[in-house]
Amino acid sequence: MSENLPFLVIAAPLFGALVASLVGWARPRYCYAIAMVSLAAGLTAAIALLVKVSGTVSGYEYRLGGWPPPIGIQHWVDPLSALILVVITAVAFLAVMSARANLQLELPGKERFVYPLMLLMVTGLSGMTLTGDAFNLYVLLEITSLSSYALVAIGRGRAAASCLNYIIMGTIGASFYLLGVGYLYLKTGSLNMIDLRQIMIAGDMHGSQTVITGFILITVGFWIKMGLYPLHGWLPNAYSFAPHAASNLMAPLMTKVSVYVSLRMMLSVFTPDFLAVHALWAQTALLVATIAIIAGSLIAYSQTDVKKLLCYLVVAEVGYMAGGMWLMNRAGITGTIYHIAADAFMTCCLFLGASGLIASTGSRHIRSFRGATRRMPWTFAAFLVGGLSMIGVPPTCGFFSKWFLIQGAIEGGAWHFVAALIFSSLINALIFFRIIELAYFKDVEHEDDVSHPPQVQRNEAPWGIRIPLFITSVVIVLLGVFSPRVINWIERFVDSVGVT
Amino acid sequence: MSDVLTFIISRFNYWIYIVLMMIGLYAMIAKRNYVKKFIGMSIFQTAIILFYVSTGVKSGATIPILEHGHDIGHAAAAINPDHYANPLPHVLMLTAIVVGVATLGVALAVVQKVHDQYETIEEPEILFKLGQE
Amino acid sequence: MKVFAFVLVIVTGIMLVVTAADFPAWGDAHSPPNQYLSTHYITQAEHETAVPNMVTAVLADYRGFDTMFETAVVFCAGLAIAAILGHEKKKRYVVRRKALPKTEEGDIIIRMATRFLVPVTQLFAMYVIAHGHHSPGGGFQGGVILAATFILMTLAFDLKTILGRFSEKMTLIWANVGLFIYAGIGVLCVLLGSRFLEYSALHKILPGTDEIMARSHSMLGVEIGVALTVMSMLFAIYAHLVSKGRLEDGL
Repeated sequence: MSENLPFLVIAAPLFGALVASLVGWARPRYCYAIAMVSLAAGLTAAIALLVKVSGTVSGYEYRLGGWPPPIGIQHWVDPLSALILVVITAVAFLAVMSARANLQLELPGKERFVYPLMLLMVTGLSGMTLTGDAFNLYVLLEITSLSSYALVAIGRGRAAASCLNYIIMGTIGASFYLLGVGYLYLKTGSLNMIDLRQIMIAGDMHGSQTVITGFILITVGFWIKMGLYPLHGWLPNAYSFAPHAASNLMAPLMTKVSVYVSLRMMLSVFTPDFLAVHALWAQTALLVATIAIIAGSLIAYSQTDVKKLLCYLVVAEVGYMAGGMWLMNRAGITGTIYHIAADAFMTCCLFLGASGLIASTGSRHIRSFRGATRRMPWTFAAFLVGGLSMIGVPPTCGFFSKWFLIQGAIEGGAWHFVAALIFSSLINALIFFRIIELAYFKDVEHEDDVSHPPQVQRNEAPWGIRIPLFITSVVIVLLGVFSPRVINWIERFVDSVGVT
Repeated sequence: MSDVLTFIISRFNYWIYIVLMMIGLYAMIAKRNYVKKFIGMSIFQTAIILFYVSTGVKSGATIPILEHGHDIGHAAAAINPDHYANPLPHVLMLTAIVVGVATLGVALAVVQKVHDQYETIEEPEILFKLGQE
Repeated sequence: MKVFAFVLVIVTGIMLVVTAADFPAWGDAHSPPNQYLSTHYITQAEHETAVPNMVTAVLADYRGFDTMFETAVVFCAGLAIAAILGHEKKKRYVVRRKALPKTEEGDIIIRMATRFLVPVTQLFAMYVIAHGHHSPGGGFQGGVILAATFILMTLAFDLKTILGRFSEKMTLIWANVGLFIYAGIGVLCVLLGSRFLEYSALHKILPGTDEIMARSHSMLGVEIGVALTVMSMLFAIYAHLVSKGRLEDGL
């Protein structure tokens, strides 16, 4: 049975979605339990997979249908995909755990749709992480995208209008990827990632115009999907107007998985040698990433809507990762991979905290943080852990990822990238200290009337949001404390693909 | 000169797909009506399907279904691969067609919802109404 | 915006045109995609799966995992559209009727023609599904034809009447059943000690088959699952889109 673990990770949420959609017709309240059980099963399988991979040299394959790789579809599990898989399933578990409290407030009566769609999305995301077949990845990407379009559009108010642009941009991104894969297929005749790499090396195709254009199409496609700055147009509106239950799941995972796939394409399909030949690309990509970080941070600073602010922080964080992977040295790639894991939890923590805040105050304006330390000390403390990690305060995980990224940038001589990283940390510090100031020093009302401190009502976020929020903030600290082990694990992968 | 012509004619499938794809891309970005944008999206995806399918063509080959397939014990060695079109692009594009239909369906549903809310499907008018809120 | 779009289109177009010069010519039987995997599928598919239609063999067996998610995409789209357009509390308007109404408005010729066409078309759809191993066809195609018969009926009669016979709940159930059949066959293979979707393991429970015939028969099962999901979800998508989710009066 342990051989079948990769399929279990995918099948658990898939069957969960089917059962939830059926049961939800008659008994919508059971959907939550079904979703939690299937995600817990997926998480368990992912952890088991991680343990199993630690015993192998470089990873192992799982042949779907029993066909050998280039003929059939293959799952490829190596230290990187196992790590990302655990992160995805864990964040999904925490985000869906908070969905019940959010849905009761926002979309009562839609549970029977929301949970199956969320589970289908997790299915797609886990599948994208595991698959070793370039075309299979497209199908899984589309199932993820379709469910996320629906989760955005289901919301009230401006959600549907912002979803239209999301659909258009998302389709352009996915279609570019599909076309890029088509170019590679035209040149090599294969669709399997490992096979593609071997054929391209054996046939010495790295100079071929088709391969180069294919690479550009795939990269740009995923830049759109991850929301890198000039192509980010869909992201802030879609994520901030989506129902909280949906954005808690999408914001941490969608962009990170796109970054992961992009990295996987660069390292495992197009080797580092191929990228080294075209040095101009790395410079362009680093420049774009630098602009993305600076622009994302600045726009975030100017926002007053909490969720919009967080969305632009996500845009800046995408710049970190998109730049980090193009540094193409050991520290840079390690930092990027570590940041994928760290940022998934950080973003999850911040979005959970924001949804808790909105649930208890009813307002999305940043002013609703006023007096938060007294009204909701626990919720705010957990939110702040995410914020401190965004700034990069040790011992949270955000510090270590930034450390490695800066180290990699210095080694690679990308000083503008170093400057952007430091600048972004400063802006993040400004943003979160402004929130702390509001929360700690300003009361809800009578802010000038110091002599008569008002009786403050305790108004914590609902337990359904607080519990996953606490767990996430603990994970952020733990991930920081145990960072040497995680880094070792990542370096095992980085060394195996030959990045120096 | 004739070399250039032969070159152009022998790759006509690629020129057609590029033109179609660019029409779709232009419509998706430049058109203001969302239904027109989604028509562009359909053209865009169809162009990619055309590209894939055209790579599987072999001149003079028939559809990828084995002749005399009912006779059990048909020797595999007797099959000449050049007689049958490449089945793989067909399979891949069956998937892409289904995905395209599904995306279009979801997109039209969202357009209907937006039309319910704002009573228009023109992008500038929606933005104008959003600005008034 | 138009200028920007034009420039973008021109730049992308030039990039693609330049690349196309590197491509193999039209109909070249010796281009890489027509050689490597293609040769294996063409020469070995019948040998390995006992299915002469290579497209079916690749679709349902070699790349069966893709097809499972393709079915899931259809399911997801149906669910998504119902979620976006669906209204929370619906009135119970559906009245079950024994026969199609005789005194509805509309053209009698169209209604009578539909009565004749639908059974024949559905029979043909089943042929397309069942004979997908030997002729062009399969689950998707058959499922779409089945969905088309329902859509034809809603056009000839009205949406309410047809939903009385094939309600939203039924579409959901049948779509689920379809995907359960597909994924269930895959899980059955695991339970029989093999890998996911490795149909050859099923020869242990299918009487009178060997490992290769088991693949052929399981493909039929998988195609039936696909057809059920596609049929019910495409009809559900149509019903939601034409009535803006109210599921009352369509076009």
